[in-house]
Amino acid sequence: MDATRRSLLRSAAVAATLGQLDAQTMQHVHQHAAEAKRQGNGVYAPKALNAHEFKTVVLLADLIIPPEATEPGGTGAGAPEYIDLLCSGSDRMARIWQGGLAWLDAASRTRFHSAFLDAAPSQRTELLDLIAYRRNDSPELGPGIEFFDWARRMVVDAYFTSPAGVKALGFQGNTGMATFQVPAEALTYALKRSPFGAG
Amino acid sequence: MRGSSVADVVVIGSGAGGGTVAHVLTGLGVRVTLLEAGPLLNPARDYKEHKTPADYPHRGAGGDAESYFGRKDFGFFNAPNGWWEIDEEPYTTAQGTQFRWFRSRILGGRTNHYGRISLRFADYDFKPSLLGDGIGADWPVTYDDIAPYYDKAERFIGVCGTREGIRTAPDGQYLPAPAPRVHEVLIQKSAARLGIPCIPSRMAILTRPHNGRPACHYCAECGRGCITASNYSSSQVQIFPALKTGRLTVIPNAMAREILTGPDGRATAVSYVDKTTRTERQIRCRVVVLAASACESARLLLNSRSSRHPDGLANSSGAVGRNLTDTVGYSLSGRIPALEGMPKHNSDGYAGGHLYMPWFGLEKKNKEFPRGYHIEIGGGYNMPMVGSFNGVCRAQEGYGAGLRKAILDSYGCTVGFAGRGEMIPNAGSYCDIDPHTVDRWGIPVLRFHFKWSDHELRMVRHMHDTFASIIEGMGGRVLGPRSLDDPSRAISAPGAIIHELGTVRMGSDPRSSALNQYGQAHDTKNVFVADAAPFVTNPDKNPTLTICAMAWRASEYIADSMKKGDL
Repeated sequence: MDATRRSLLRSAAVAATLGQLDAQTMQHVHQHAAEAKRQGNGVYAPKALNAHEFKTVVLLADLIIPPEATEPGGTGAGAPEYIDLLCSGSDRMARIWQGGLAWLDAASRTRFHSAFLDAAPSQRTELLDLIAYRRNDSPELGPGIEFFDWARRMVVDAYFTSPAGVKALGFQGNTGMATFQVPAEALTYALKRSPFGAG
Repeated sequence: MRGSSVADVVVIGSGAGGGTVAHVLTGLGVRVTLLEAGPLLNPARDYKEHKTPADYPHRGAGGDAESYFGRKDFGFFNAPNGWWEIDEEPYTTAQGTQFRWFRSRILGGRTNHYGRISLRFADYDFKPSLLGDGIGADWPVTYDDIAPYYDKAERFIGVCGTREGIRTAPDGQYLPAPAPRVHEVLIQKSAARLGIPCIPSRMAILTRPHNGRPACHYCAECGRGCITASNYSSSQVQIFPALKTGRLTVIPNAMAREILTGPDGRATAVSYVDKTTRTERQIRCRVVVLAASACESARLLLNSRSSRHPDGLANSSGAVGRNLTDTVGYSLSGRIPALEGMPKHNSDGYAGGHLYMPWFGLEKKNKEFPRGYHIEIGGGYNMPMVGSFNGVCRAQEGYGAGLRKAILDSYGCTVGFAGRGEMIPNAGSYCDIDPHTVDRWGIPVLRFHFKWSDHELRMVRHMHDTFASIIEGMGGRVLGPRSLDDPSRAISAPGAIIHELGTVRMGSDPRSSALNQYGQAHDTKNVFVADAAPFVTNPDKNPTLTICAMAWRASEYIADSMKKGDL
């Protein structure tokens, strides 16, 4: 944090107590909050999942949200670390993931004679195509469908709360703004496409 | 020191009622001691409105994954505010009934997080006999009695809005309202075709600097608390400034057990438990003001038994605990194709709808239900959170690029409607003392009894049809079933809307009410109630502003009576 930013933050704190805080200063407070979170990462050591389980989650996360061009997918967005962290804090979550991953490996071995991680890409998608839809529910696939529901939900959560996901969505909020205004082009766009017309 | 001196006024609870009483009384020169059952608040530490999920490895799910398994509070990011279940302070429900009781144990209580919706009750809300439907009781005050106190409360806390001249939504003293968002303009146009007014919300949010507090900076996370105090919370707007007068003493972690009375029946002291040491203390006083929240105030009175007050303090009428109501709630969402592909922009504004729909059916004859509801609206490009896309995941299924695209396409294209309607008090909805259970402090707990009547269920059906018509009128598609099969499964859980009130009713007849028009106990002149417990009706308007206005009026009466020597 540079000196200018630091002094701005100090004056922001003073201004807040005095009841005078302009939007530009507020913006700096937000930027500071955003910067404060960026820390150097080493290699992640899983806390709850074993090495095999974690590698499988790494693979799954990018299958659920694939990387696009230069943008990261579920794995690059930190989904495996997020999932492992929550498993380490909750036995119930650990059961869902460890049990689900074990089911996935068992199902893969039955079909392809290898763990999910070692199966061919086409074999992996063949299995996922079955458990990614409720309509395939059966006594045989039920546990896999249940697990994949959790996997999809949590990878989506991790990805769309990450900087890459937020950027993909185009979320521009939670910043300081002096006046709230809606861009005219957005309003015109929606009205034109609505039953009310451009007027 | 405590216990040796006599306080002028002891106020129990620091939310909208207690905060207003502390502010007004200290301003009138009265010395106030405020008991708060939770800790003090430190906005700089406790508020997270400028944080995002990516700031935390657990993304806000909680290290123990509570977002996925049922929460213990309103969520990691929200202002510290309590929850419906508190381990050390349970309550029970009678067999076969359901009620969820939200408690907030922190300086400022629920005002730290609440929706800031600030609607005046209408003339007929105070006097439902004007409607001629033969249902319910009138307040011992009229709109005209309370209007000056609405003015005072609005001017002091700062409320934005517009003057519209609609009977169901009386106008107040307003700061300018911000512009509507795109989806709100579409909703307004669709509502207009159905003859439903859709007007700027009235919110306790500053759209310009006001009373030494800076204007809103539109970060859209008011529910997490506001570090600049640009919205109303009793903690920041009333209690912190009142402390500076030198006339307010706040005792945190003080759980009121009982109000003690003397041989003449008057209150002499408040007995409370210091939670940090689990020891009992007493504080003597001239006047007691209960503002502990409707059900907590009822509990305290019921637990204050003596030979003079065998059924509890202020309860010779038997009204304490009766007439429990909560707001009727129902929600529906729709997907709006006109919003798909719209140029992305910052749609934050303040938290909550910039527009709302006041009740629109007052003049309608042959209604299926009495009274009415207002409609709150949601939508826009909200901060992506854990769980934000559960609905899309469930609908879309699959995985990969298709799933990702479905989520991106859906973002900002959903609008939500929440109906907030009036519940009519009924004999089956009340709270009493559970004969077998105490909380961690040894205080007998409340037992709830609750039922919705057909009035409320028919209202929910009407809400569904209205919301669906608005969605379809803007070219949208209802998410979920188009027709509502069973309103009893769709109506909000009792207590879920957190507008529980009515349990220490005011009235002009001491045989059927506990309090007079100032919230003063008919039986015990130096005991007052200044939260939503005295409310006679629970109209389709959020209660907080009326709590402030009524508490303001009660405070002036208390100060005046003390000056005259009546208290």
